[in-house]
Amino acid sequence: MEARIITTPLDNDNVRILNCGDTVLLSGTIYTARDAAHIRLLDAVGQGKPLPFEVENAIVYYVGPTPSKPGRVIGSAGPTTSGRMDVYTPALIALGLTGMIGKGTRSPEVVAAIKEHGAVYFGALGGAGALLANCIVSSEVVAYEDLGAEAVRRLTVKDMPLTVVIDCEGNDLYTIGRTEYLKQMTNDK
Amino acid sequence: MRELKAEAITDFVKRMCITANYKLPDDVRRRIALCRNREDWESAAATLGKIIENYEIAERDSVPICQDTGVVCVFVEIGQDVRVIGDLSEAINEGVRQGYDEGYLRKSVVADPLQRINTGDNTPAMIYYDIVSGDKLKITVAPKGFGSENMSRIAMLRPSDGIDGVKAFVIKAVEEAGANPCPPIIVSVGIGGTFDKAALLAKKALLLPADQVNEDPFYAKLEDELLESINTLGIGPQGFGGRTTALAVNILTMPTHIAGLPVAVNINCHVARHVREEL
Repeated sequence: MEARIITTPLDNDNVRILNCGDTVLLSGTIYTARDAAHIRLLDAVGQGKPLPFEVENAIVYYVGPTPSKPGRVIGSAGPTTSGRMDVYTPALIALGLTGMIGKGTRSPEVVAAIKEHGAVYFGALGGAGALLANCIVSSEVVAYEDLGAEAVRRLTVKDMPLTVVIDCEGNDLYTIGRTEYLKQMTNDK
Repeated sequence: MRELKAEAITDFVKRMCITANYKLPDDVRRRIALCRNREDWESAAATLGKIIENYEIAERDSVPICQDTGVVCVFVEIGQDVRVIGDLSEAINEGVRQGYDEGYLRKSVVADPLQRINTGDNTPAMIYYDIVSGDKLKITVAPKGFGSENMSRIAMLRPSDGIDGVKAFVIKAVEEAGANPCPPIIVSVGIGGTFDKAALLAKKALLLPADQVNEDPFYAKLEDELLESINTLGIGPQGFGGRTTALAVNILTMPTHIAGLPVAVNINCHVARHVREEL
């Protein structure tokens, strides 16, 4: 299957053409945030303060990279388990976040927000931090530097290989992929 | 009595932390390659190919295989005829400190489970000591990521639950873990002992070579049956569907109480890191 070429911002047109199971090569700007950064983002929202990046049509990558070696853009940078961010995610989607990159299952509340507002959940290859780092061409801390690996970074990525796990209609590859495989195996017997 | 200086151990642990994070062990590589050849779902085989590409890049460029460079589990077997001069635990932690700094590894340890301030140097390590015969000191360093650690489970089964109860519990743990622990996974099972010993056995089973066959034919058969059952669940690499949900099942057991059947399942992702050295 040909990979879909997607460039940020991830606007509504981009969101609508992506289907569960699609492979994607993503280029453009994305933002990193994991547990500690999400707490601060949601605190800022609660207090009516501005967020460190424009959330509308943005993509958040759940990652805490290793320190970059001299001469390299970033250290290893694969996805962390997305489920830990589930309690914070619907609020960000309601603010206009259209993309999330991570690995692992999402809660029904996140899926509902994805369907209601139009967003996409992408899977990056878990445990492949060295390979994924090679798709990152620039990295800059934009907020919460004291959080170290958990700071919010603006990344420029080029041809980052992703899979659409949950599309804007709520179709979930973790369910569909498994079902299709098992159906095929049963048919072969 | 043989004497060993604690500082010498620091240097070993430092290098082991770096090696473990940059270079996937050969036994795990062999399992991944074997499973890719056996994989009957095209997209799953492609994912396994990407996993191989990743650990090859990590070794070539001397960078971490995974950004979760883990909490460091250290298993020390101290020969009873060895005397360590200095503070052994501090020497090990200093090795972790130096290794995680010089190796550009992520510091992923918080000082308190609820107040959650990062210690900044990835210490303390989780250290276990065993006193054994002889005058050697053997150290195993195993950085453990938490995506898979969080999916681990323990149960105090009834003796009447027997082997079928153990199988059902292990398979339920893998099924509930689903895509979260970055499959394909290594499933380590500790059976027997007490509540705490079962968990420790499961952790120690992670240190066994992934392609080692259990010496006890009874448990070799159980490992085979569990692996076969797990690999018919259909979860597949990354949870996108496929045969290869697990690379291996390793079981360790010990005696237990007449009233109990403790079972612990410790899950590791495909980045199953362990390095062993003898001093």
